[in-house]
Amino acid sequence: MTEATHEEHAIHDEHIAHGHHDEHDHHGPAKGFMRWVFTTNHKDIGTLYLVTALIMFMVGGAMALVIRAELFEPGMQYVDPNFFNQMTTLHALIMVFGAVMPAFVGFANWMIPMMIGAPDMALPRMNNWSFWILPFAFVMLASTLFMDGGAPAAGWTLYPPLVLQGGAHLPFAIFTVHLLGMSSIMGAINIIVTVFNMRAPGMTLMKLPLFVWTWVITAFLLITVMPVFAGAVTMLLTDKFFGTSFFNAAGGGDPVLYQHLFWFFGHPEVYIMILPSFGVISTIIPTFARKPLFGYSSMVYATASIGFLSFIVWAHHQYTVGMPLAGELYFTYATMLIAVPTGVKVFNWVATMWKGAMTFETPMLFAIAFVVLFTMGGFTGLMMSISPADLQYHDTYFIVAHFHYVLVPGAVFALFAGTYYWLPKWTGHMYDEKLGKLHFWLSTVSVNVLFFPQHFLGLAGMPRRIPDYAVQFAEFNAMSSVGAFIFGFAQLIFVWVVIKAIRGGEKATDEVWEGASEHGLEWTLPSPPPYHTWTTAPDIK
Amino acid sequence: MKKLKLLITGLGIATFGEANADYALNLSPGVTQLSRDIYDLHMYILWICVAIGVGVYGMMVYSIMHHRKSKGVVPAHFHENTKLEVIWTIIPFVILLAMAIPATKVMIEAYDTSASDMTVKVTGYQWKWRYTYLDNGIDFFSTLDAKSNEARQLGVRSNPEAVPNYLLEVDKPLVIPAGKKVRFLFTAADVIHSWWVPKFGWKKDAIPGYVTDAWTKVEQPGIYRGQCAELCGRDHGFMPIVVDVKSEADYNKWVEAQKAQAQKAVTDAAKTYSMAELMAKGEEVYNASCAGCHMANGEGMQGMFPAIKGSAVATGDLNTHLDVVVKGKGQMMPAFGDSLSPVEIAAVVTYQRNGFGNNKGDLVQPSDVSARN
Repeated sequence: MTEATHEEHAIHDEHIAHGHHDEHDHHGPAKGFMRWVFTTNHKDIGTLYLVTALIMFMVGGAMALVIRAELFEPGMQYVDPNFFNQMTTLHALIMVFGAVMPAFVGFANWMIPMMIGAPDMALPRMNNWSFWILPFAFVMLASTLFMDGGAPAAGWTLYPPLVLQGGAHLPFAIFTVHLLGMSSIMGAINIIVTVFNMRAPGMTLMKLPLFVWTWVITAFLLITVMPVFAGAVTMLLTDKFFGTSFFNAAGGGDPVLYQHLFWFFGHPEVYIMILPSFGVISTIIPTFARKPLFGYSSMVYATASIGFLSFIVWAHHQYTVGMPLAGELYFTYATMLIAVPTGVKVFNWVATMWKGAMTFETPMLFAIAFVVLFTMGGFTGLMMSISPADLQYHDTYFIVAHFHYVLVPGAVFALFAGTYYWLPKWTGHMYDEKLGKLHFWLSTVSVNVLFFPQHFLGLAGMPRRIPDYAVQFAEFNAMSSVGAFIFGFAQLIFVWVVIKAIRGGEKATDEVWEGASEHGLEWTLPSPPPYHTWTTAPDIK
Repeated sequence: MKKLKLLITGLGIATFGEANADYALNLSPGVTQLSRDIYDLHMYILWICVAIGVGVYGMMVYSIMHHRKSKGVVPAHFHENTKLEVIWTIIPFVILLAMAIPATKVMIEAYDTSASDMTVKVTGYQWKWRYTYLDNGIDFFSTLDAKSNEARQLGVRSNPEAVPNYLLEVDKPLVIPAGKKVRFLFTAADVIHSWWVPKFGWKKDAIPGYVTDAWTKVEQPGIYRGQCAELCGRDHGFMPIVVDVKSEADYNKWVEAQKAQAQKAVTDAAKTYSMAELMAKGEEVYNASCAGCHMANGEGMQGMFPAIKGSAVATGDLNTHLDVVVKGKGQMMPAFGDSLSPVEIAAVVTYQRNGFGNNKGDLVQPSDVSARN
């Protein structure tokens, strides 16, 4: 950051901030705990989402470590197989619905109004409500661990008939899903309404930052598929308690129908977790390459294409259920097509870096690792789209490796990148760059030690979701477990970096990153931004 | 010490690329034409991905090495090029076509179950497989073998490496002839399972209420192993598949022996057994078929699986007890009338009523069981 430009901006920003403050000082945050309970401020709600996501990330991570501890060597050492199944199920549910999704909603709350020049989200009270449902939902889900028969153990996909064998936990798990769905739908509606109605004058759709675009598309995916999932689990509920036979073959029902419903939700769901990641990465790479994003409009179209394709490929999760040949081939071709827009995105990121003047602060390191490792997950995804080859890969550790590559060094790294990128803006303090880099290198090395060997395990014949395995899988499982523990404990560094930046540190400039104000409106606001921003709309060039 | 050794070998593989261990890095080409075709397809896509990866990562690495601010680079300002966007949309599309064509061929091959020489119906149960030969009526269950089952219990602290084919061994393997096209029909009795022998190249789900099919034609006799691939409850990890592929002559001999055995089972069922005989046999059956849920000590699992020890059923009316075992109960307790012979049921019920301190003194004979069926 050059001093001169920074000072110019600081003066400019102070001017804007003061303009707001004169009228609105008395609208500052309430004091104490009740501030967080009653808040309708997008920044406060964003913080609540992010803190919740971080806590759930640690909880879900602890469960993963139970799994990896049991799998460290062959033989059953620590937990009963049934508890192992509870851990795999809860780990997935918590990471998907508790960590990754709320974290991106947190980003959306903090950043979308600031990026589009809006004073707040369009529906602030609903915003409060959609957050405060979450803690209750997760307490309810966690409480199933202490019920007779334990927590759900049929996998996060909740396939019948297995899930219907569950005990007392079933209605609680289903109600949790309903609550999470309500929260997500409300959040999605809020984002759509905000982006379509509250953009500053001059902020046309094709000027929206890519993060906003990816979130709008994600929000449409959410409101389309969440009700389908809610419907499917409600059918489970009536099958279990009210004598219906939607999925019960003995009563004329169809267990595979559930899989179709689930994956009609489940496939868009994985894009719900990855599209905002694309948005974050498309925001960060241009800043640190000091170059505009290459192919902005093709990035928007590619994101929309991925969103559309996500609705018509669901049965590639079911290549082994005995679909007709025509079905297998259709889903193969449609799934392969996803590689085209995804490829466009990766090529555009590389072209953005090309001939830039890159620096490698922690957000950029995570963004680069994202592009490399997410692409790895993309390659294995392409391999799995080929139905005959998937007859081997399906339900093995190859699949586990694939989706962890797109979700951990994919979605989670995008979250780390975004957090490091915007943390100085949020807190007003620079984070500790040394610790950030340490966190990056430990995470990146260990995440590969953790997940890369799982490709070999799957190809060699190890099924997923098993608590114990034949001895020829011992070496790679041991390696994977070692990686898991290093990765897990490395995240404590991240927690510490965040706490440290909240508590103090070098004062962040408004622009934070050199030239960042050319890459987004948020960098023209003070760091930290005042409680209310853009009460007068900014001028859009 | 063992853990340390494992850790060192594990990390050793990462560092030096080899260790004296029986591990594999890649799919097996398998033992059938279909499995080799699937393997070739896998390698073909893998190499395409590697080639694309080298290109993309190469560009990135070059850019990261050379286009950095610390080298005094002035950033360029270009930010779009429609020609480039069109090119990198069309080229991947063409590459995909080059993948889709062979994929289609192999998928058609995998689905062609016509003109088979014989058919085996495979039924998935929690947690065992049932094989029914539709051509000659042979019908039996296949469960995890006793040694693996003992070694895999929590807290046993066994050494799995000392157990031959740990978790990949069964009491009674599926036997099929080499060189014959065998069609499989899959279904399940309780929840969804998935039948997978990696060396055959495919897996197929066994779904209650559905009949799915697949086929194989194994060229060489041998023993091929696999596992259930679809999460099916507590012991999902413990229902292996073993296929013993025999030469045609050996297979025919095996069929004859099975028929003789079936005959013997009928005469056995008519016999009367002593308490000691039934208790010994009953313990064996209990450990193989009941202990998975009701636990080896008969105490069950709270909230999930009821105890046998002191239970109302095992210490109450004998006929009710027999009905529960023979016909099953609710969604969790499977019907054992099919999977266990009358002798086995008589033995296990006797064992449940007299073991675990239940001491009812009842002696159940196979004829009592046949009467309830």
